[in-house]
Amino acid sequence: MGEKYAVIGKSVPKIDGRAKVTGQAKYTGDLKLPNLLVGKILTSPHAHARIISIDTTEAEKLPGVKAVITHKDVPTLKYGISPARWDESIFCSDKVRFVGDKVAAVAALDDETVYKALKLIKVDYEVLPAVFDPEEAIKEGAPQIHDEYARNINTEIHQNFGDVDKAFAEAHHLRTDRFVGNRTYQCPIEPHSAISIWEGGKLTVYSSTQSPHYFQHYIAREFGLKMGDVRVIKTYVGGGFGGKLEPTGLEFAGAVLSKITGRPVKMFYDRHEMFAHNRGRHKQIMEITTSVDKNGKITGVYANFMMDGGAYTSLGIATAYYAGAMLPLTYEFVNFKFDMIRAYTNLPACGAQRGHGAPQPRYAFECHLDNVAADLGMDPIELRLINARQPNTVTPNDFAVNSCELTECITKAKEISGWVQKKGNLPSGKGIGIGVGSFVSGAGYPIYRTNLPHASAIIKVHEDGTAATLYTGATDIGQGSDTVLCQMAAEAMGFRYENMKIVAADTETTPHDFGAYASRQTLMSGSAVKQAGEEVKGQMLELASEMMEVEVSDLDCRDSIVFSLSDPEKAMPFGEVAREFFVRKGPLVGKGSYAPPKLGGTFKGAAVGTSPAYSFAAQISEVEIDEETGEIDVKDVWDVHDCGMVINPGLLHAQVHGALYMGMGESIWEQVLFDDKGKILNPNLGEYRMPTAMDMPRITSELVESYEPAGPWGVKEVGEGATIPTMGCYANAIYDAMGIRVNSLPLSYEKVWRALKEKKEKEKA
Amino acid sequence: MEALVDNSGVKRYLVTINVNGDDYTRIVKANTLLVNFIRDELDLTGTKKGCELGDCGSCTVLMDGKPVNSCIVLAVEADGHKFTTVEGVAQNENLDRLQESFVDNAAVQCGYCTPGMIMSAKALLTRNPQPTEEEVREAISGNLCRCTGYVNIVKAILAAASE
Repeated sequence: MGEKYAVIGKSVPKIDGRAKVTGQAKYTGDLKLPNLLVGKILTSPHAHARIISIDTTEAEKLPGVKAVITHKDVPTLKYGISPARWDESIFCSDKVRFVGDKVAAVAALDDETVYKALKLIKVDYEVLPAVFDPEEAIKEGAPQIHDEYARNINTEIHQNFGDVDKAFAEAHHLRTDRFVGNRTYQCPIEPHSAISIWEGGKLTVYSSTQSPHYFQHYIAREFGLKMGDVRVIKTYVGGGFGGKLEPTGLEFAGAVLSKITGRPVKMFYDRHEMFAHNRGRHKQIMEITTSVDKNGKITGVYANFMMDGGAYTSLGIATAYYAGAMLPLTYEFVNFKFDMIRAYTNLPACGAQRGHGAPQPRYAFECHLDNVAADLGMDPIELRLINARQPNTVTPNDFAVNSCELTECITKAKEISGWVQKKGNLPSGKGIGIGVGSFVSGAGYPIYRTNLPHASAIIKVHEDGTAATLYTGATDIGQGSDTVLCQMAAEAMGFRYENMKIVAADTETTPHDFGAYASRQTLMSGSAVKQAGEEVKGQMLELASEMMEVEVSDLDCRDSIVFSLSDPEKAMPFGEVAREFFVRKGPLVGKGSYAPPKLGGTFKGAAVGTSPAYSFAAQISEVEIDEETGEIDVKDVWDVHDCGMVINPGLLHAQVHGALYMGMGESIWEQVLFDDKGKILNPNLGEYRMPTAMDMPRITSELVESYEPAGPWGVKEVGEGATIPTMGCYANAIYDAMGIRVNSLPLSYEKVWRALKEKKEKEKA
Repeated sequence: MEALVDNSGVKRYLVTINVNGDDYTRIVKANTLLVNFIRDELDLTGTKKGCELGDCGSCTVLMDGKPVNSCIVLAVEADGHKFTTVEGVAQNENLDRLQESFVDNAAVQCGYCTPGMIMSAKALLTRNPQPTEEEVREAISGNLCRCTGYVNIVKAILAAASE
């Protein structure tokens, strides 16, 4: 028993691996129920239009159609995932605000009938002028999208920490750059799907969700039901990345259709509808000014941003705050000013995509910092090391950082990438660049105000002691939380992982948890699971003490064996003790819950970005540019992460690969495009260009030693952190290769080619 | 192919499609997609729908040994052909070495692309048992995965090939 841990720290196979490789894993769209109807939503063909009338008579007459509903048949209460702005309705009643806005819905016997019925609904529109650009949207006289929000300003942020003006006045060097981001979409491979069953006073929803709890909360609120009468069950989920965090029309309209017909109703989005529902990355327009002293130490930063929010709020208020809040986390500076406007436009609503508001500002800042390094004649890594966040520090916006190995991440990435040999010595067309980043390990506050704990867990040992089931509201959407939480449960109990079972993410059978977002579950759900496991172990050892006639303090349990610490020969199988427990005392159950300590300051928006712990990462990439075509070939990426103690190295590195992959797509290819009427030009996986296996570089994922005191066994974030540095890292490698700066995302071949052309023309002249 | 005409004038066709070694005879419409035939008629839901346009590869099945997107094959075109779906890869209780390798190499995350990936990889290893990394990447280039960056999928396929 030489190793410190028996179960955690090991790459055990995923608990659902077998079900997924055999095709047995059932996703919501795979479920069949007796008497099931199919439902779909009719959406708006116009970006901005007044609804004059809706005529559903022809659709209702079509054989096989069981219900047609419009705004007249549903609650009018406005909703949204963020209580900061509830601005969405189940169906539009007065006007539609983007191409894809919800107007009506149909339930019928099969898909074909549903599609036919949708075409028979006659909607009379008066088309209104629309606006698609946030900078245009906030001008006086622009089309007004929501009556309540003048100049289409959804939210405005003005934060000022320290004295930026003074820092700028005293600067050794001051520089301003402007960057523009891109609208991207999460594109989970599984389309959203929901099955609603409204029977008597109870509503049950099977859904492709990242958070059964928020779904339950908002569905109950919308229909005036008690939380206890709404059951949300997560099936297997085919990826979310932020796009499945909030209930959609599928849940709301499906519930009403089920209530009217008395039958279960399956609703789904096709790929085009997924792009229209969106909730993907906001496009940000980012102007950054930084002052440095003569050593390159950052003395002040002013971030003046604007973002295109689309037609509704979604989680966008938080996104807007995140965009600024994460900037002073990565590097240490005390003077920081942040202005932001999130504007409504007549485009699909944006929300939280992997990394939330942080990746584009990080792209901007990392490029900007390389420009500063060039101005000062400094090596980009040297400049970063001078300014890197250190452990046990507090940011100007009141985030307390415990563990932080950013310096070690940068140093290690420099070493394994061969930076010193390569920087300045690569042949023409090749370049090397760095980007760094940091992220939360769970949000310090839930999305709506409540004093519920953030996570809870129950472990029940089976009667004969041969297995134990973990009941948790934590939500596995593919990242592997079911697996790591079972590892943590087994470790805490002294049990074997192989004998763990899990029931997760069902609001009726599992205890409360907020779900999969903000990289929270390993730390937060893990804390609750650890406590539950320790409670089981405590009860076991107490009984074992009686059975074995050994003091409790001399007993431990590991690998399903209870043994005496002073005399390991004295041992008893876990199962034997557990069985006896059941005989004498009834079910052997442990429970746990987790709430973070009170975090953050008191200024407006202080809650966003608070977290019990922060992760840090450095990425270095090597690229090759084709001067004729502008084609970018990323050869190698080295990612070094500080993510605390690792529970499952195999799954952890897989998270880094996937996060980096998403960052890579957004860096070079991905962008949702619209025509001048607000229609999406590329709402499919052929023209929305996600990287394929042929596009990916060699990826080296490494870690640094780190222990986070706020996390169970020292854990912290990994799922989103590796998306954040990538865009800046690639942009800086391109800059190193060709001396050109592409100031907007994606860093497309065409933009590189144009920048090269411009550079050559300048050189000639 | 002879058509039956129903009351509303819609033509239907009698097809016999062999899936995972068994013949299934069913009446289908001219526009019935193979993916819907497999999922709805046979209840083999391991074959996934991700885009219904032939872009993502989630619905990949083997048609006479070759990988095809079953969302752009009509059931009437499939008549008389032999198909393998992900449910036909394991031999009873025993996983195929590719399936085992996917689990062992952490190549599965959400699992939605996994069946299609395994079918494309199966086709590759059948015709080319010792592929290079480049050949593996090419073979799965029609299968989109949003979770893994393909890193562990490529590793898993190469590991299965080297066994």
